[in-house]
Amino acid sequence: MIRSTHLPLLVTLATFVLAYALCASAYPSMLSTRVVANLLTDNAFLGIAAVGMTFVILSGGIDLSIGSVIAFTGVFLAVVLRDTSMHPLLAFALALMITTAFGAAMGALIHYLEMPPFIVTLAGMFLARGAAYVLSTESVPITHEFYDVLQGLYWKDPSGGRFRLIGGIMVLTFLVGILVAHRTRFGQNVYALGGGGQTAKLMGLPLASTTIGIYAISGGLAGLSGIVFSLYTSAGYSLATVGVELDAIAAVVIGGTLLTGGYGYVAGTFFGILIMGLIQTYIVFDGTLSSWWTKIVIGGLLFAFIVLQKGLTWATQARRRTTTGSAAHS
Amino acid sequence: MTHDTGPVLHAKGISKFFPGTIALDEVDLRLEPGEVHALLGENGAGKSTLIKCLTGAYQRDGGSIHLDGQEVSPQSTADSQRLGIGTVYQEVNLLPNLTVAENLYLGRQPMRWGLMARRRMNAMARETLAGYGLDIDPAEPLTAYSVAIQQVVAIARAVEMSGKVLILDEPTASLDRDEVQLLFSVIRQLRERGLAVVFITHFLDQVFEISDRATILRNGRVVGTRVLADVSQKDVVTLMLGRQLEAQVHERKPAKAGDTLIEVDGLGKRGMLEPLSLALREGEVVGLAGLLGSGRTETANLMFGAVPADQGQMLLRGKEISVSTPREAVKHRFALCPEDRKTEGIVGDLSVRDNIILARQASQGWMRPIPRAEVNAIAERYVKALDIRLASLDMPIRLLSGGNQQKALLARWLATNPDFLILDEPTRGIDVGAHAEIIALIEQLRADGMALLVASSELEELVAYSTRVIVLRDRKQVRELAGAEITPENIVHAIAEHDAPTEEVAQ
Repeated sequence: MIRSTHLPLLVTLATFVLAYALCASAYPSMLSTRVVANLLTDNAFLGIAAVGMTFVILSGGIDLSIGSVIAFTGVFLAVVLRDTSMHPLLAFALALMITTAFGAAMGALIHYLEMPPFIVTLAGMFLARGAAYVLSTESVPITHEFYDVLQGLYWKDPSGGRFRLIGGIMVLTFLVGILVAHRTRFGQNVYALGGGGQTAKLMGLPLASTTIGIYAISGGLAGLSGIVFSLYTSAGYSLATVGVELDAIAAVVIGGTLLTGGYGYVAGTFFGILIMGLIQTYIVFDGTLSSWWTKIVIGGLLFAFIVLQKGLTWATQARRRTTTGSAAHS
Repeated sequence: MTHDTGPVLHAKGISKFFPGTIALDEVDLRLEPGEVHALLGENGAGKSTLIKCLTGAYQRDGGSIHLDGQEVSPQSTADSQRLGIGTVYQEVNLLPNLTVAENLYLGRQPMRWGLMARRRMNAMARETLAGYGLDIDPAEPLTAYSVAIQQVVAIARAVEMSGKVLILDEPTASLDRDEVQLLFSVIRQLRERGLAVVFITHFLDQVFEISDRATILRNGRVVGTRVLADVSQKDVVTLMLGRQLEAQVHERKPAKAGDTLIEVDGLGKRGMLEPLSLALREGEVVGLAGLLGSGRTETANLMFGAVPADQGQMLLRGKEISVSTPREAVKHRFALCPEDRKTEGIVGDLSVRDNIILARQASQGWMRPIPRAEVNAIAERYVKALDIRLASLDMPIRLLSGGNQQKALLARWLATNPDFLILDEPTRGIDVGAHAEIIALIEQLRADGMALLVASSELEELVAYSTRVIVLRDRKQVRELAGAEITPENIVHAIAEHDAPTEEVAQ
């Protein structure tokens, strides 16, 4: 049965299908597996970060720090691999630990000091970006044979598409994210927090561990995103990925998650990412359009989805009034 | 009631202090298994403080709580839930974005291989809710169902999680009559199962309908525990209000009322106020009496359009008018001084002058600013007339004392030259001196030919200035007293008695 809470997800899906159909009718070659594979590869780091952002927004919060954390991770890896003989896998683990702890610390501040996530993560954004500058202001290239091995890993489709490792990591992240959000107690607590923090508290839920966990996930996935980004660009640069947090928020909202929290699906964010990637690909195919048209179309889509969400909220409230009324007269 | 097993919960000598006040003073509460125990008292009597001490939301400063004979000290609501004390609040404390089953099992979902077993959870929820007489699809979102059903789901959750004591804090406040019956059938069933249910409400009829015993609090102390079958509503009201029911003789001023100004015919709003009719003449003060939650404030708000009515009509000087927003009310020269002046009345950081001129300016529209000199003249006139004590007209109003704030608010509305003034609890929270002045002012305004409607919980005060008193109970007009009938005793009788014919028709 179709419920109104599913509607944003369905609209996202329909938008994706429609957008793809439009693209394919203009440029039939966009249907090739090569384009699909590139769509996944090019958006891998953004997709991974957007999974974390989905959890944050579902809980009614926001995380502005992820763009900086991605850049920090990239610079950290580049500097560590340049200056020490540490194996990249160990460096990865270290980076994930640092970013997860960073996210958890922000979550703790948000919960225990009852600070708005906006302010705390804004501070986190400056902190992480500043830390990246401290490590290096230059773009540091990464030249390690293990990176070449990882970058060389791909599965080649018979028709020519190369599905690379980092695209696979993104898809895997989404699958795990979907399971965690919808099939674990932690996931339910995230939704509960987004539905009403005070109520969730009165229902006896562990708010502290949930809030800290949410921002730890967001931080950790930003770290993973940073690793993927460094594999994608083979460099670490402190000026990279400025504003990626806003792209991630856009993907989450286009994916049908309510910005005020409580309603949405991790799977929706996946299609939000694909829609945004598709627009970019179309502009590349077209060749005559300025790449800024990507921003304009995404802006328009965001507006459309915000209006849709508001309309749905009104519709459910109206329905609630009528159901209450009919029960009273029965 | 079974006495052989001993009390489920026994709170002894609970004390709770807040800076400057004693919220609870050695309160005892004894809950037997299989009883519905009402907790009664006026606002500020300590009911919610006691509940918060029991549920761990507050830490008690003295006394002990025994649950099934074991001493317990719940540290948090989650803690008390685990111990067996479940609470359901007036506002449904469930999550609107989750399904019924998810709400029911939040935090204790059935798991399989580390993942939630959703299908099993839905099946369990359906079975559990069937036990409460609900045949609903638990996979639907909570908001697909009415408030009453949501309330039952909240009860089911509390009982399934805790299962010894169920505290219902004003669960019926937003339910209508049929929905209340649905809830009561569930409560009766739980009583059969041997639960101890604490029932808190302002609706005395409901207390007598469902409860076995009642503990009555006043000013943080227990003034009595009664088996309700043995007492009348009047006894309970007397205990709650703490008034000696002696006839007080008041000098009645002859009602030299003028023409009829306002007629209200069947004004009401479903779930808020049952249809109410009254007529007000110029130079008349009509008092609204009743317990907290009886519909005093609701009546004031409906007549001012602060809450739009959904039935009935209003006539001003014989002509039908529509008052669905305060703006319209102000246009008809109505004025309302709300009950909670801190949140609904004063604008704390604005100057006294700006606060006084606010309503007058609003009624003129922002396009036509009142000249500065006139603003000063108006403000100074009322400051003088009402004897508002202040250092300067420019000081922020929040710095004034409660009584002076109240007078400044009155000045705000008097500055609009109203024909009809509604005062909701005009003397709450102000000192004795200012109290007398406000009463004198009400007298003065009446003598000048204004029509006033005054809602108050102070019976003596109502008796002092009202030419007529309308008594409300359970959001319904039950009596109208006039002339010599207006005594505190008669008002208490009317609040407590079961004599309104509408009541019998409705039941």
